[in-house]
Amino acid sequence: MSQKLVDSLKSEFGDKIVSVNNSCGDESVLVPGDSLPAVLKYLKESESCEQLTDVIGVDYPERTERFEVNYLLRSIANKSRINVKVAVEEGMDIPTVSDIYKSANWAEREVFDLYGVKFRNHPDLRRILCHHEFEGHALRKDYPIEQGQFLSTPEKLIDDIEYHGGAFRADEVEGEDNPFDLLNVNIGPSHPATHGALRIEVQLDGETIVKAKSEIGYLHRCFEKEAEDHTWSQVMPYTDRLNYVSSMLNNCIYASSVEKLLGVEVPQRAQIIRVIVSELSRIIDHLVCICANLVDIGALTNYWYFYNIREGIYYDIIEPLCGSRLTTNFARIGGLSHDLFDGFEDAVEKHLQKMEVAIKEVTGLIARNRIFLDRTVDVGVLTTDEALSYGYTGPCLRATGLDYDVRKHAPYSGYEDYKFDVPIGENGDTRDRIMVRMEEMYQSASIIRQGIQKLTPGPIALDNASVSLPPKESVYGSIEGVMNQFKLISEGIKVPAGEAYGYGEGANGELGFFCVSDGTGQPHRLKVRPPCFPIFSAFDEIIEGLMIADAIAILGSINIIAGELDR
Amino acid sequence: MEIITKLLTETFGLQLDNTGQLVAGGLTMALIMALVMATCAIVWTWAERKVAGFIQSRYGPMRVGKYHGALQPVADMVKILGKEDIIPDDADKPLFVLAPIIIFIASLLPWAAVPFAPGFIASDMDLGLFYIFAVSSGAIVGILMAGWASNNKWALYGAARGAAQMVSYEIPLALATIPVVMRTGSLNMNDIVIGQQGGIFHWNAFHDPFLFVAFMIYFISSIAEVNRGPFDMPETESELVAGYHTEYTGMRFALFFLSEYANLFLVSCIATAVFLGGWNLPVGNAVVLPGLVFLAKAVLLVLIQIWIRWTLPRLRVDQLMHVCWKVLIPLSLLCLLGSGILLMVSGEIAA
Repeated sequence: MSQKLVDSLKSEFGDKIVSVNNSCGDESVLVPGDSLPAVLKYLKESESCEQLTDVIGVDYPERTERFEVNYLLRSIANKSRINVKVAVEEGMDIPTVSDIYKSANWAEREVFDLYGVKFRNHPDLRRILCHHEFEGHALRKDYPIEQGQFLSTPEKLIDDIEYHGGAFRADEVEGEDNPFDLLNVNIGPSHPATHGALRIEVQLDGETIVKAKSEIGYLHRCFEKEAEDHTWSQVMPYTDRLNYVSSMLNNCIYASSVEKLLGVEVPQRAQIIRVIVSELSRIIDHLVCICANLVDIGALTNYWYFYNIREGIYYDIIEPLCGSRLTTNFARIGGLSHDLFDGFEDAVEKHLQKMEVAIKEVTGLIARNRIFLDRTVDVGVLTTDEALSYGYTGPCLRATGLDYDVRKHAPYSGYEDYKFDVPIGENGDTRDRIMVRMEEMYQSASIIRQGIQKLTPGPIALDNASVSLPPKESVYGSIEGVMNQFKLISEGIKVPAGEAYGYGEGANGELGFFCVSDGTGQPHRLKVRPPCFPIFSAFDEIIEGLMIADAIAILGSINIIAGELDR
Repeated sequence: MEIITKLLTETFGLQLDNTGQLVAGGLTMALIMALVMATCAIVWTWAERKVAGFIQSRYGPMRVGKYHGALQPVADMVKILGKEDIIPDDADKPLFVLAPIIIFIASLLPWAAVPFAPGFIASDMDLGLFYIFAVSSGAIVGILMAGWASNNKWALYGAARGAAQMVSYEIPLALATIPVVMRTGSLNMNDIVIGQQGGIFHWNAFHDPFLFVAFMIYFISSIAEVNRGPFDMPETESELVAGYHTEYTGMRFALFFLSEYANLFLVSCIATAVFLGGWNLPVGNAVVLPGLVFLAKAVLLVLIQIWIRWTLPRLRVDQLMHVCWKVLIPLSLLCLLGSGILLMVSGEIAA
């Protein structure tokens, strides 16, 4: 993190900075709510903090200013991060920063939805994850976790367009006088192209999308609320269900986030295995994303060319490794659940070779295909600046030409020891997004091969009785082992009080876990920063003016995984 | 039809006057045609799945029937007949019921003028080619009816796309066959085939470059005309859910499905007759097993269409129109002009 940013803020804002804090190496400054826009504007313009990674609410019921809103900012150019905090009393509001960072729009809506913190002058302050009729705010500590609500009425987004959009009238559409020519159509929540449950209400002029408004939350399973009710270790299986296409990545990044808060480092072998399985997951995720996207465009055959590879990796590598295909639950805080099985290296090499053949086949089918190029080139273009403002990370950001990759930018799990390139695109259109993913699979394969070269025998979990479970011989053979196991399982790992934002390069962008511990065995707050969430928030703007078919192709290329989007 | 009437009178000893011959022969022929066509359509559903499986490195149907799921189409038919027939509450019921029937009839009627073998043609009419195009356009009405009557926005979009696409692509489709008509000097399908006797270079497709381009235009347009990938705009399952037949179930859906495959085979048969020499062999003037030769060519064309469908991505609806109006139609007009000039120069023009 960056002391420099803190110093710069101190000199610029002086006594407006209430306090400066450093937890696990993450710098944070507490500022009064009213000076927040000024601080963020300064950071954006003078300190080139291009990106607002996330806005995170935390509830401290015992404080007078019970809500703390964290604005995670990042400067890609200076490789630094800072966390700007604001404390809010119940019923008070703070000014919105959605005019400074576009990613704040949805992120603030989420804080409003889950905590009830109001944002002054927010353009569209509605609930986002919970149902619009939901009463109360789900992540407040005083909202009982068992309390369900029966809600059934669908939200009428199109009324919202007229109400919230205000100025929108049909006759503003170019060359169109008759408002009755516009047709409102719901794409989703159950539609073949939504790959999950999302709803996009579009207003169509013929086939052209005049206005679009999307609604998410259909797959909201209260991940964060559940996490607060479980021990740190028990959260691990829940992370499988975030991005269920690449659950290994979620496991590993979650584990390393908690380890950051614990201040421990896992053994060398565990790190290498984490890198290998993470890259395997990345390959699987990209395979699925590309093949599903091509199906959306109409090229069905590619689906099987890629899906066969994915299933091969699942059945021959992932399942023998951890017993299940999708819900891997493989990493552990402080290490891994299992060591590699015999023959792992050969199986991986076999499937990597198959994968390379499949990529060649699919590239051959699409790379110079006129129909494919017509459908994807210059469709759904997002410039680097806009992408940064919307909080894009991962392949979608790299497609616009910026080589931001967490693995290079802020290496973790020993990524600095691997040689690999970061592929980037040029235009930020659908084709670039597909091709960046294609190229990344080659790079991942190279990382996996290097990782297998590096593998040396050794422990796969920390030898630390307060973090890792004791070996089974000790549990069955000694009273200390039984006690140790019992304490760790029933009370959880006692993570010291503090907060840390751990993040890594997920398949679809930066996946982060903002962990707040109060010293008990359970998280006080565990916020996931899913890469899809900011990416999807730009979707409405991208597709306006395009045709339905383009919207479908773009939706596939930005790879929305509803499980991660809605949590 | 002569063969049929001959068979009826001589083998079965029926005494028939002219009208009786016409009626009995016609009915028998219609029955045979309908059965053959329906069977073909059913077989094609199986073939498409097997070929798609082959292309996509998987097996396709394998369980029903002894050999590679050979009885799968039968099982599908039984299943589909047993399905609940749903008519949405808000649908326009008469139109909803009528639409699949119209589409099915429109896919049946053109078979009357398809010359499978010398003399084996249901109706040897002078306007054969014209008749085929005329009656097969009826399907557009069916698609529009289906989309409108379903009272579903996706279906409506599918229908609008389908109507626009089929109306547009009929133009290059018909224009591409006019050079052939000019060369033959007849719209009679039998005459067109007989005019291509004498080896592969007498076939219309390979007769001269203009006709070859015309054949290509016909082939592309015909894929669009039967709404198959990469031109499957009215369905586009990833965009419009299922297009104009979103709300159809059971046998009504099966009628759409069967007529799609019947049409697929039909356009291939027409291409065979009009461009690929019909039952004529690639060498020599001899007529050997004409029906089989004809079918072999048509089957080959169908297989190519299946191959294309599973290889190419889908166009966007405006690009589809672009291809039709700005590429295929001008090209087909050029072909018309070119082959007209060629006919005049070579003196082959029919007086």
